[in-house]
Amino acid sequence: MKRIYVNEKWCLGCHLCEYYCAFANSGQQDMIKALKDIQINPRIRIEEQNGISFAVSCRHCEEPLCVKGCITGALTMHEGVIVVDQSKCVGCYTCILSCPYGAIMPAEEGVIQKCELCMENSGSPACVTGCPNQAIIYEEREYV
Amino acid sequence: MNYVIIGNSTAAIGCIEGIRQVDPQGPITVITNEKYHTYSRPLISYLLYGKTDEERMKYRPDNFYQKNHCQLLTGKTVEQIRCKEREVVLSDGQTLPYDKLLVATGSSPVIPPIEGLGSVSRKYTFMSLDDAKELEQNLLPESRVLIMGAGLIGLKCAEGIAHRVGHITVVDMAERILPNILDEASAGLVQEHLEQQGIEFILGSSVVKYAENQAELQNGQKIFFDILVVAVGVKPNTKLISAAGGNVRRGIVTDMSCETSLTDIYAAGDCAESMDITTGEHRILALLPNAYMQGECAGLNMAGGYKNYNQAMPMNSTGLFGLHIITAGNYEGQAYVVQGDKTYKKLITKDGLLKGYILIGEVARAGIYTSLIKEQKPLEKIDFNLIKDKPQLMAFSKRDRQKMLGGAAG
Repeated sequence: MKRIYVNEKWCLGCHLCEYYCAFANSGQQDMIKALKDIQINPRIRIEEQNGISFAVSCRHCEEPLCVKGCITGALTMHEGVIVVDQSKCVGCYTCILSCPYGAIMPAEEGVIQKCELCMENSGSPACVTGCPNQAIIYEEREYV
Repeated sequence: MNYVIIGNSTAAIGCIEGIRQVDPQGPITVITNEKYHTYSRPLISYLLYGKTDEERMKYRPDNFYQKNHCQLLTGKTVEQIRCKEREVVLSDGQTLPYDKLLVATGSSPVIPPIEGLGSVSRKYTFMSLDDAKELEQNLLPESRVLIMGAGLIGLKCAEGIAHRVGHITVVDMAERILPNILDEASAGLVQEHLEQQGIEFILGSSVVKYAENQAELQNGQKIFFDILVVAVGVKPNTKLISAAGGNVRRGIVTDMSCETSLTDIYAAGDCAESMDITTGEHRILALLPNAYMQGECAGLNMAGGYKNYNQAMPMNSTGLFGLHIITAGNYEGQAYVVQGDKTYKKLITKDGLLKGYILIGEVARAGIYTSLIKEQKPLEKIDFNLIKDKPQLMAFSKRDRQKMLGGAAG
């Protein structure tokens, strides 16, 4: 299965991935309209310190602790992609307690959100397309 | 292989999904004394709160049993396990043969034998969907509710019904609320938050006598109520196993494969003990994620796969009136505490490892802490000062990070 991989050596810390993510998941057509004057709440997040930076988003684990621990059944795995049914989620945050990468975060309205690889958006991750330095890539690899 | 599962909640579903990873076809019969499609038990408070409904409470989709070739028998109770004959006996006399059996019977509410309790006509427990429906039918805007027990069940119940009743009083023998998962300072903070929602607490006290609409406390104080909710604790349903001659301590004793002392009989969920990796002790960890993973592990082994269940530890995540609480591990060791207005963080370390934590209010990325505990990551291998400030992958070595995030090809 294709996954997102991050190479921190190439990350510029420009945060563009966060903006592309927020836009892709906004459901809007125009990036300026979608993002102007709002505090974005992207599903990919940059960590940065002392010149090091890298993006963190869902790893789509083969043994997903978030899915197994989900108290409602809102988190499921579909063909390797971990997705959330926000209508079932009650915002207990057991997934936030479980995720070793800290890749699941609160959304608006008391539920959670996570990277779904833009499967419902363009079908290909917007963070990857938008990264100007190929620090985030999307590819099929042998699982190590 | 013919599988029988007693119970239809989290551990049972985990078991079915475990079995089907190895054996796609062997018939599975699921027996439940309830009348429902599998539903999420912890959601009953959210149901009363109005945040979910019966449809969305379904723990798996409508076609789940069909898709997994399971037969669901609802409204049936298993009376006996006959190990020699490899069959279970139902209350209607029917017998069902098994090759592998899972006991996922859960737990039942404890009703303390207090004088006069029998004379209280409107008393409820809060464990099942039927409990919630029964309670709901009797809620009135002016109801005075007395909740016995300031544990998670009692407090989630309080949250669920607070907007639909007149007044709620919570009584607990313990000196603080959520005594199993919080320390004194954090319990105080959460209690204050709940009091701001109008909930009244009487702690360090218990009811010595009940009358129809009244409870008398140790100190003679009388509380008048219309509705009583008993949430003082639960006891594991272990009778089937002990009657069949299996090992039972407080809960059903299982080995690392989740098998009981009886051959081909497994147990998982709130009725079974598991090994707490933070202490090495065997105990009941009545938590939904634990039930799923124990059930899944049992299922994998029942179907001929191989898996050890060695990941169990106490962990809880919940919210009460918008205040989030996440806790994990155990709290013996050196504490690092940061307290704010409506936030609290306590990290407990011992022997160079993170052993437990309490987070209130600010809970973002808590799983990074959980993982440090679970993986028993030596803290000298990470930047602990950084991660103490907040959970982040920056605190790990570049190498660790490359493993976690994949690194890019070339």
